[in-house]
Amino acid sequence: MLAAQDLACIRGDRVLFQNVGFALNAGGLLYVLGENGSGKSSLLRLLCGLLMPEAGSVSWCGEKVGRASESYQSNLLYIGHLNGLKDDLTAIENLQISARLAGCNADTQAALAALKAIGIERCANLPVRVLSQGQKRRVALARLWLTNSPLWILDEPFAALDTLSVETLASHLSQHLINGGMAILTTHQDVTISARSTQTLRLDS
Amino acid sequence: MNDAWMTVLRRDLLLALRRRSDVATTLFFFLIVSSLFPLGIGPEPAVLSSIAPGVLWVAALLAGMLSLTRLFATDFADGSLEQMLLAPQPLALLVTAKILAHWIVCGLPVVLLAPVIGLQYALPNDALLVLVLALMLGTPALSLIGAIGAALTLGVRGSGLLIALLVLPLYIPVLIFGAGAVAASQHGMSAQAHLSLLAACSLLSLVLAPMATAAALRISVE
Repeated sequence: MLAAQDLACIRGDRVLFQNVGFALNAGGLLYVLGENGSGKSSLLRLLCGLLMPEAGSVSWCGEKVGRASESYQSNLLYIGHLNGLKDDLTAIENLQISARLAGCNADTQAALAALKAIGIERCANLPVRVLSQGQKRRVALARLWLTNSPLWILDEPFAALDTLSVETLASHLSQHLINGGMAILTTHQDVTISARSTQTLRLDS
Repeated sequence: MNDAWMTVLRRDLLLALRRRSDVATTLFFFLIVSSLFPLGIGPEPAVLSSIAPGVLWVAALLAGMLSLTRLFATDFADGSLEQMLLAPQPLALLVTAKILAHWIVCGLPVVLLAPVIGLQYALPNDALLVLVLALMLGTPALSLIGAIGAALTLGVRGSGLLIALLVLPLYIPVLIFGAGAVAASQHGMSAQAHLSLLAACSLLSLVLAPMATAAALRISVE
């Protein structure tokens, strides 16, 4: 489904990584590991098409992914290290907007259920400005309960979450993978996620 | 209309509603700058009405410029721009929604306020009408062209000044035809040629600016 070949990334005049490749099939989970600054986030952005690789290519279902390929983007859900939330809007407004933008149907009831799933339904009508770091992260992650995209690319999804939310998210990820979804994630935490196949990609110089 | 497009438009209007002070700044800037001229130049109606078209248009240009830096910068900083880039919709289309929201929030109030300010300059009624028409046709071009500058200077330090340097020269045709329309009607001529050219400026930038803005955004986000 998703395959990467000989990817290389150069930021400034530093080679972050080169000759990176993998293939991810339905139900597959890919951990991207590496120390800080090793290019994990750049690799994820590259896989999304936000960044163009210096060499190599990414392909989805055999078709090469370039900039702005809508068919690929409609199968993709990316949550970066920025939450993409507007401080002046409430949690539920933020969630509905980002879900609709990604092409998912998100009525109030579905959005509330998503917030409830990750345990912050009582903050639904508060402006995001007053939420804590972990709560903001949870609002961003609530999109995972609304989407029907098969490929999830998550940059440090567990950062700033409390133990209970980590477990909730891990079991939701397992559910997604068992149903034939795919996930690529970076993490520094030890989390058990069950998948049909698990791979690890190490980015070290 | 496209669902994602409506979502972006509604989001930006809602944000403007929640942060009314930002909108008020633009409007008060326009109000104050254009009120300073009669105070500085004196109450001579003949002089005032002859400088009115140029002064009002320049004030409108600068007021629109003030809010341009914020057009994409906040979205860029909080990551919602990335989400827009990854939406399964043409980016140029979503960009038009953002530009339309910018025009509704910053351009339309200036158009509506202009006749009140025009009275300070002793403009006759038919010239006031032409002023409103000209602003109505010309200000969309200002938002559209400004968006290219805003996208190009995203994430650059001191972007406010840089936008002005990039965009103000491109505003010159709009300024000439806009002020020209009002001046023509003051001299008893038809303003139709100027108004048609203004509309042409807006239409041309509607076709080209969203694509240029989208390309600039992709580069800036890299």
